[in-house]
Order: sequence, then C-alpha cells, then structure tokens
Amino acid sequence: MPDSNNGSHIASASNLGAIATVRRGIQLTPELINGIWLTLALAVLAAAGKVVIPITVQQAVDATTSGAENLLGEITTVGTIALIAIAVAALSTTAVNIRLVRNAERGLARLRQQAFRHIHRLSVLTQNTERRGALVSRVTSDVDTISLFVQWGGIMLLTSVLQLVAATAVMLFYSWQLTILVWVTFIPFMFLLRPAQRRVNVSFTRVRSRMGDLLGAVSEAIVGSSTVYSYGIADKTREKITTRVNEHRSAGVQAMTHVAYSFAAGVFAANLVLVVVVIAGAYLGVAGNITAGQLVAFLFLTQLFTGPVQLATEVLNELQNAVAGWRRVIAVIETPIDVTSPENSVTQPPRGPGALTITDVAYRYPGGDLVLNDVNLHVQAGKRVAVVGETGSGKTTLAKLVTRFADPTHGHIAFDGIDLKDHSQEDLRTRILLIPQEGFLFNATIAENIAYGISQRHPGITQENITQTVHQAIHELGLTPWLSTLPNGENTEVGQRGERLSAGERQLIALARAYISGADLIVMDEVTSAVDPATEVTISRALEKLMDGKSTLTIAHRLSTAAASDHVVVMDSGRVVEQGTHEQLLALQGRYSAMYNAWISQTTSQQH
Amino acid sequence: MTSQNTPYALPGSQTRQSITLMTRGIRNEWRIYAIAIAASGVFGLITVATSRVVGHLTSSYIIPILDGNRSVATIWAGAGILFAVIVALVISIVFRRIFAAQGTFHLQARHRRALGNKFVELPPAWHRQTSPGKLLSNVSSDSEAATSVFNPLPFMLGVVVMLIAAAVMLFSIDSWLALSAFSIIPIMIIANLFFQQKMTPAVTHAQELRGEVSEVAHESFEAATLVKAMGTEDTEAKRFDTVTDDLEKANVRAGTIRAVFDPIIDALPNIGALLVLIVGLQRVSAGAATAGDIVSAAYLMSLLAVPVRSFGWVLAELPRSVVGYQRVAQVVDTTNTVTPGTHNMTLTPGEPAEVKLADIGVSFTDEHGTQHVLQNVTLTITAGTTMVLMGRTGAGKSTLVSLIPRLADPDQGTITIADHNVAELTRTALSNSVVFVAQSTFIFEDTVRTNVTLSDSAYTDEQVWEALEAAHIADFVRTLPKGINTNLGERGSNLSGGQRQRLAIARALVRRPSVLILDDATSALDPQVEQAILATVRQNYATTVIMVAYRAASARLADEVCVLAHGNIVARGTHDQLVTTNNYYQELVMAYERDAEQRREDSNAGL
Repeated sequence: MPDSNNGSHIASASNLGAIATVRRGIQLTPELINGIWLTLALAVLAAAGKVVIPITVQQAVDATTSGAENLLGEITTVGTIALIAIAVAALSTTAVNIRLVRNAERGLARLRQQAFRHIHRLSVLTQNTERRGALVSRVTSDVDTISLFVQWGGIMLLTSVLQLVAATAVMLFYSWQLTILVWVTFIPFMFLLRPAQRRVNVSFTRVRSRMGDLLGAVSEAIVGSSTVYSYGIADKTREKITTRVNEHRSAGVQAMTHVAYSFAAGVFAANLVLVVVVIAGAYLGVAGNITAGQLVAFLFLTQLFTGPVQLATEVLNELQNAVAGWRRVIAVIETPIDVTSPENSVTQPPRGPGALTITDVAYRYPGGDLVLNDVNLHVQAGKRVAVVGETGSGKTTLAKLVTRFADPTHGHIAFDGIDLKDHSQEDLRTRILLIPQEGFLFNATIAENIAYGISQRHPGITQENITQTVHQAIHELGLTPWLSTLPNGENTEVGQRGERLSAGERQLIALARAYISGADLIVMDEVTSAVDPATEVTISRALEKLMDGKSTLTIAHRLSTAAASDHVVVMDSGRVVEQGTHEQLLALQGRYSAMYNAWISQTTSQQH
Repeated sequence: MTSQNTPYALPGSQTRQSITLMTRGIRNEWRIYAIAIAASGVFGLITVATSRVVGHLTSSYIIPILDGNRSVATIWAGAGILFAVIVALVISIVFRRIFAAQGTFHLQARHRRALGNKFVELPPAWHRQTSPGKLLSNVSSDSEAATSVFNPLPFMLGVVVMLIAAAVMLFSIDSWLALSAFSIIPIMIIANLFFQQKMTPAVTHAQELRGEVSEVAHESFEAATLVKAMGTEDTEAKRFDTVTDDLEKANVRAGTIRAVFDPIIDALPNIGALLVLIVGLQRVSAGAATAGDIVSAAYLMSLLAVPVRSFGWVLAELPRSVVGYQRVAQVVDTTNTVTPGTHNMTLTPGEPAEVKLADIGVSFTDEHGTQHVLQNVTLTITAGTTMVLMGRTGAGKSTLVSLIPRLADPDQGTITIADHNVAELTRTALSNSVVFVAQSTFIFEDTVRTNVTLSDSAYTDEQVWEALEAAHIADFVRTLPKGINTNLGERGSNLSGGQRQRLAIARALVRRPSVLILDDATSALDPQVEQAILATVRQNYATTVIMVAYRAASARLADEVCVLAHGNIVARGTHDQLVTTNNYYQELVMAYERDAEQRREDSNAGL
C-alpha cells in the first residue's frame, strides 16, 4: 500500500523495495550508469592499489625475519614498484570519480526535470491535493538526498566491493584456511545487517516526510504572511513551525541513532575478525601453514577487508536515505495522469472560431457527489454564451471540463465536432483558453507577463517581434492610458504573484495575455471583484475587443454580462434549468427573470 | 539563541567566518558537543592503542610462537587484550556518532526556528519582495548546508587527539620512524588549503543555484492552473531546465575538484606507510627498531588512512556551510522596521475606539526620484462610525489603512487609537483591538472553525457561528459535510472569492475588534450581501469601521466618505453630499455607468 497522504492523490512515497527503487531510478535516468563498464574497469585498478601496502609489509617483515643478504636493494625495488602502483591507483580513482560525478549530476538533473514536467501534466485536481511547498521538496531536497548517494555512495560501494574481492584474492594466496575463517566470522554480521538496514530505511523515510510537513507549514506561514501579521497570530504560527522543526529534528536524530548502532556493529564485527585471525593464525603458523610475515600481512588485509565492509554499511545507510528521497520522486513520476493526450489525435480542422457541443455531461469529483448532471449545451461558432447560477451550481466545474482540466464522468464535449479527448493537448491549449478569475502573474515585468507563453506558440520568435506583439496588444486593448500612469510603464515589475498591482490591474494583464494567445474559444470565469471604476471601464473595453469575433463561454457573475450575450444558460444544482436568449428567458418569467429583476432593482437603487 | 544585538551573520574574512561558524555551533550546543568530542578523543586514543597492541602481538606473541619460543596457548591472552580494546573502541564510536548527529540536528533546528521566527515577525511588505521559493530553500537546503560541517567535525577533533597520540607513540619507538611517518602532514595541509581555496567559489555558486531551482519550482507550481490554461507546460519545463542544467554544471565543477583532490589525500597515508617501511627496515638493520615496531607504525598509517581524510571532509564542507549559514543569516538579520512598543493598552473588547491620523506622510525613493504616496493626511474617525475611503488605484487608500494596524509605519505623523499612539503599543494590544481584512484571503489548510478562530481555543462554537452568521456565510457552512469542522483543503481552493471574503470577515468579527478595517475586503461580494453584512456589523458590533471601497453602494452606507487623490484628501462628506457637489467624486463613482451609457448610445447610433 502506498502511504496515504492526507487525502493527497500523490503518494508520499512509492512502495518499491530498496533495490527495486534503485533499479527504477536508473530506468528513469539511465544517464546514471553511462559507460559503467569502463568506470568499473578503472575502479578495479583503483582497488588493486589498496593491496600494495599489505604486500609490501609482508615482504618487509619476512625480509627482516629471514635475514636476507641484500635487504636494502630488495626493499628499494619493492618500494619503487609500490609507489608506481599507488600513483596509478590514484589516477584511476580520479577518473572514476569524475565519470561518476558527471553521470550522477546529469541523471539527477534529468530526474528533477522529469518530475517537474510530470507535476505540470497532472490534472489541477490532483495538483491541488498536495501542498505547493511539499511539491517543491520533491524536485529539490528529495533529489538532493539522492545526489549524495549516487555521487559518493555509489563510488564507495563500488570500490568497497572491489576492494573486498581484491583483499579476498590476496588472502587466498596467503592462506585459504584463514580466508574461510574471515568470511565465516562475517556472515552472521551480514544477516544482522538486513533488519538493521530496514529499520534505518523506515526512519529515513520518516525524516523525509517530516521535512515535507515542515516545508508545508513554513510555506503556509510565508504565503499567508499578511494574515499571520494582521490578525496577530504570529505566536501560534511560530509554535506550529517550531513543532514541525522539532519533529523533523527528532526523526533525524532517531535515524542517525539507528545508523550509529549499525555502523558500530560493523566495526565490532570487523575487529572481531582481527582477534579470530590472530588466534587461528598462531595455531596455523605453529603447524607450519603460514609464515610470520604472511600472518602480519593478513592482519593488514583484514583491515582492508573490514574497512570496506564498514564503509559499505555506511554507504548502505546513505542508500536508505537516498532510497527514501528517490521513492518520493518516483511516486510523483508514477502518479497517473488523469487527463491524457490521445495516442492518435485526429486531423485538426482549420483555425477560426469553433463550435462547442456539450452532450449529456455528468461529473463527479473522485469520491464525491454528482456536481454536474445531464448538461446539454451548444455554443455556435463566433457566439457569446453566458452561464449564470449561484455559487455551487456547477458553473466553474463546467468551465473546467470545457477546457479539459478534467474529463466528464459521463457524456461528451466536442469542439469543432471533435471530442476534446481526441484533440491533441497542444491543439487544445492553443485553441481553447481559460481565463481564471485570479490570473497568476510571475515575478517579472508587465510586458514579460503579457508575453508569457508566446515563444512556445511561436518557436524562434525574436525578442523584437515579441515586443512588437505586446505593444500591439497594449494599443489595441486600450491599455496605453493605464500603463502611462505607472512609473515604468510596461516595464514595471509586478512583484511576487503580481502583488504590487491591484486586482483590476492584474486582470488587465491577464486579458492582454489572452489576447495575444489568439485562442478560438475563450472560456472566462468572470472576475467578481469590484475594482475602481476607471479600471473597470478599461477592463470592459479590453474585454469587448478580446471577444470580438471569437466563441466565448463566460461564467457570468454580473447579469449585465448575461444581458449582453447571445445565449444565456442558467444552472442550478449541476443542471441546466433554463437556456435561450436574454429576451426569451425574460419572457419565460422563470428563474432567470427573477434573478434579473432583483439585480435591476438593486442597481437602479444606486443610481442618481 | 543569539541576542538581539549580535548579528546572526558570521563576521570577517572567509577563514574567520569558518572558525566562527564552528565555535559558535559548538558553544550553542556545548552539552552535546562536550560528549561528542570527548567520545571522539577517546576513539582517537584507542585507535592508536589498537595499532600498538597489534605491534605488540606481532613481536611478543606471533613471531616468538611461530619461532617456537612461546607456547601457542598464550595467544589467547594476547587476543584477549585486543578484544578489550575493541569493545572500548566500539562504545566510543556509538557515543561519538549519536552525539555528533544530535549536535547537527539541534543546530539545524536552531536555524529553522530562527527563520520561522523571522517569517512570522516580518511585515507583509517584506514578504512581497521575497520569493517564497527562496525562503523555503533557506529552511531546507541552506539550514542543512549550514550544519553539514558538524557531521565530520567531532570526528576530526578526535583525529587531532589521535595524531598527537600517534606522534607520542612513534617518537617513543624511534624518532626516524616518526619523522618519516609525519613527513606527509605538511603536504596534507598544503593540499587541503589549496582544495578549500578552489572549492569555495564553486560551492557558493552551486548553493545559490540550488536556491534558484527552488524559486522557479515554487513559482511554477503556484502558477499551475495558469500553465494548464495556456498550455505552457513546455515553457515552464524549459525555464526549469535552464536552472537545473546550470545547477548540474556547478555541481559537476565542484565534484571534479573533489574528484581530483580526494585520491591525493587518499594516497598520502599509503605513501607515508611506504616511507615508514623503507626507513623502518633501515632502522631494523641498524638495530634501532624491531619488526614489531615497523608493523605498529605501518599499521598505524593504515588505521590513519580514513581518519585523516576527516580534515578533508571538514574543509570540503566548510565553504558550503558558510554559504548556507550566511544565506540563513541574511533573513534572520533582517530588521523589522516596525518595532512593537511596550505599552499595553486595555480596551474592552467590543468597545469602539476613535482613530486619529495626524499629518501622515509616506514616501519612497526610486530611480525616478522621491514619490509621495501620502502627504499631510489628517483624519479623525469618530468611535463607532463607518468611514469609507474612495479614490483611484494608486491614490494611497490601501497604504493609509495599512498604517493603522502597523503593517507599515509612516515616515511622518502619528496615528492614535483611543488616544494611544499605535507605535507605542505592544503587538498583542494592537492586534487585539484593530483587525485588518485584506482583499485576498488566505485560507489555512484546516477546518472552518480554525480558519475563523485562527487556533484560538478561547472562542466557543456559538461565537464562531455568530460570526459566520454576521458574515452571511453560516448557511453555506451548514451545507458542508461536517459543518464548522469541515476541512477546507489547501488554501481553500474550492471556495469562491466571495466565500473566502466572507470567511475573512467572520474571522475578523469573532474577535470583536474596536476598529475594523476592510481594505477592499468586500469586493467579491454581491452589493446586497455587502450591505446586509455591513448592516449587521453596525447593529450588533460596536466597532469603528474603516473601509476601502469602489462601489457607490458601499459609499452610501458610510457615515462619512473621504476621497483621496495622489496621496491627499480632496473631499469629505456623505455620499449624498459629494455626489451632488463634487465633480471629482462624481467622475470617480459614475465612470463605469457613464461608459456603459456611452456605449449604448454608440450602438444605438450604429443601428
């Protein structure tokens, strides 16, 4: 079972085992093991360098005890060879390290990019089940935890294993009995290692998920800073963050305590081998099976043998940490995309205002009630349709389905006679545009925000052309007078999320952005906010220009908008209850005419 | 905790910063580090002892036994000594590791708490200028980097003890042997210094890019709906690719430096061991040392191989730690210009207060010179009345009202509430009496109840419902599956703008403020709802209301309307007075109606 995550549709971690996780990780970014055979060959050379000293020691000790003639000459030769071997090993290590670092960084950059792309491909519904801060951690700190392992841990594990092999080979050359003994002493330890690793793994997973919680809490405090500040709840928010910080700390300390025990156990096992070798070696030596020099060399070799085993435990601990991060990233990448692009999209009809047909559409949120039922609606090419209804009547959901943010549970929506599901995503996004109530602005200038997306629609467009397009849009939409009131005009920085501008000004930018997108069907969630009347005038003029010659579907909050439309659809509790022209509906004396009359009496009461 | 006066940032040169980072950390968690360093020191001593024991075993047991000069059974006694030493070694390792980890995590948590304190303490104006992604990266990767040096640090300090003990031991055996073994130390120091010098800029750059990756990701995920609406997934992906590719390059650069340096440091103890063997053999043939001595010395070198690398680890982490620390410090050292006062006003909750603004001036200077946002604004709002501020975008209305709860301070002039200067009030006193509701409402990922009470358990369910009723959202809440205990999800993504604003008003009303400020906080409401809410407030809540609004309908509800233009008050009076006598006001409130009329005429003419 994937960990459930407070109703999130993105699992907090995949449920793959450690080895399967690494395998899946490599499968996702094969760059990690590019040229692995050459790297391995170099690593063999590097590991071989490690046995130089034990062999030299053996030579030295046996030389002293045997009382050889030309002691100095012999040792000089051995020393020179040893020095060369050490140098070769060092150079090989450098080459191995560089190769692995390059692969690791390439692979991880790719992994971040894949996860990032996948998050954007998920439906808004799925995205909204996860905190933004926590999503950020999936492409930042979670990947960082893998980095340590694939950069250094991978090398260590590789050389450790090779060193083990090299040490065992030399050991066998000196004494097969002792070699068996060394391995036999180690085997129980290896069995102990597995459950210990599992415990370490669980605790690292907890650390990662506490980090996600911490970032979630912090992100709330940052984004909600003005609420925190103006309602005087700084102390409570601080407490909440502190609790999360301390929970992460405890989880971290606990994980590292497990690591300390398993590492110490490794050291203990390694040194126990030393004791066993000393005792057994003495008996074997007396029996004439081994010389003093060989036995001493063996002590060095056990050091060589135990060093890697200790290091490997260390790396395996690091691996657990990496696997915890890797699983979280993989969980994101493996979250199914609920709104998919068709495998074979149909040939697209020519551009131009298109017709929209909604047939028998029903929709329910996963695990929820029907929010739309039995919706039938037709928007003729080039016509303006307004959808009215109370909050919760399903208007906004309808807009989401029409722009394919989600697919209907039942029924069909067709644009230009072709089911939305058969349009390629690219085509759909170019032709159908949603203008949400609150248009998001990037921390950039007004001009850059207006031009957002243009280089994707027109690859290779020059900066000059972009500027020209933006100027044209500003001019045609009548935004020049407004921009001239700003100190830097179109080059004014809008701040984080556009917060330096008023809601009305943000809306103007969203309209200009929509204008240059050149979409054929505009689906607009009308802004409900009252803005200053001068801006309101600018907005309504710009809107007029924007909708000129296009099919539009407006989620109308103002009945004046409905009155000015070609066709009005009235929704209630997820159903279409009335539709027709403004005049027809008034004549019907039903729901719409009641709403309209209430609105008229209220607006005229303000007039003088 | 660092006191208010000492800056969080590390002082002085790069070297001094590095040293201060380590000493400050150890001092802050001295109880933990006392144990960690002591355990590490013991570890160092025992490691050296191990080599001595192995040497002793060689010359006093193995060689005599193999030569038949000693009974083979005595080996058990020799091995027993070794076993005892090993047990002590393992215990010291457990202590060192657990306490080193505690130190690191406690220090990390300190950074994070310090950051959290600042995040909640600094005014919204500061937050608007700072990217949330960067702040998140301060909490995650910078805090982690700032403490990464503390992982190997206790070990390294233990290695210092180890080296001293090794030196003593080697010199007690033979000076030549000792000198040959330690000849590698100067080379090691030089190599390490060289490495640190190369590594610092590389790591600094990488850490900056890490922050940028987080910034781009955060902004892009925030914009997810827009990205979907415009189909700009590829644009976003490219933007992210650029920063991640840069990070990759920077990491590869740092990694390459390390890849070259590591094997050198690795090889040095081996070369040392080789020297020991060559020199040792000469000493043996000169009769100055025994084979056991050489074995001890060489074994020691092989034992030192991993520990001496700890200097490299510390030096490798230091630049990254300093950079991370300074990035954290940059936030923690930000001074809040709006410093709370000490005066504790006691206003009865639910008792309206008079608000006086005297000679208020706010200006800022940019490349275009000094801009006056507000100039000589003097205004008194009588306790219990409703004042509506009108004016075009940029007239200074929001700035003016934001001064009352001290979201910012004016450059000139004073503001008093019931004759108390707001600048002298404590933050609690101020937020208890003045509640500010902004246009956009932040909804916490929590229940309706918590979103209204903001986790203050002093409010009863009845009070919550009463506030929800007054904000005309009670009916909606009753339709929710668990009523006020329904979780609203992240940032209330399923609520409409109007619902969010009503919730924000309930949040304000439950506090029964003496002064209620609505900064365009009713903009998403239907005019009838707005009027109904304001009527309830006037009837049931004794409070002074100051409201920024655009609609004529809102203005009609006010006891007084104040019109701002270019930072100055240009007119005051009731709506009825102003609409008949003041041209600017007429222009302001009727612009939309006029435009609509104009267009109707145009289209009629066209027919």
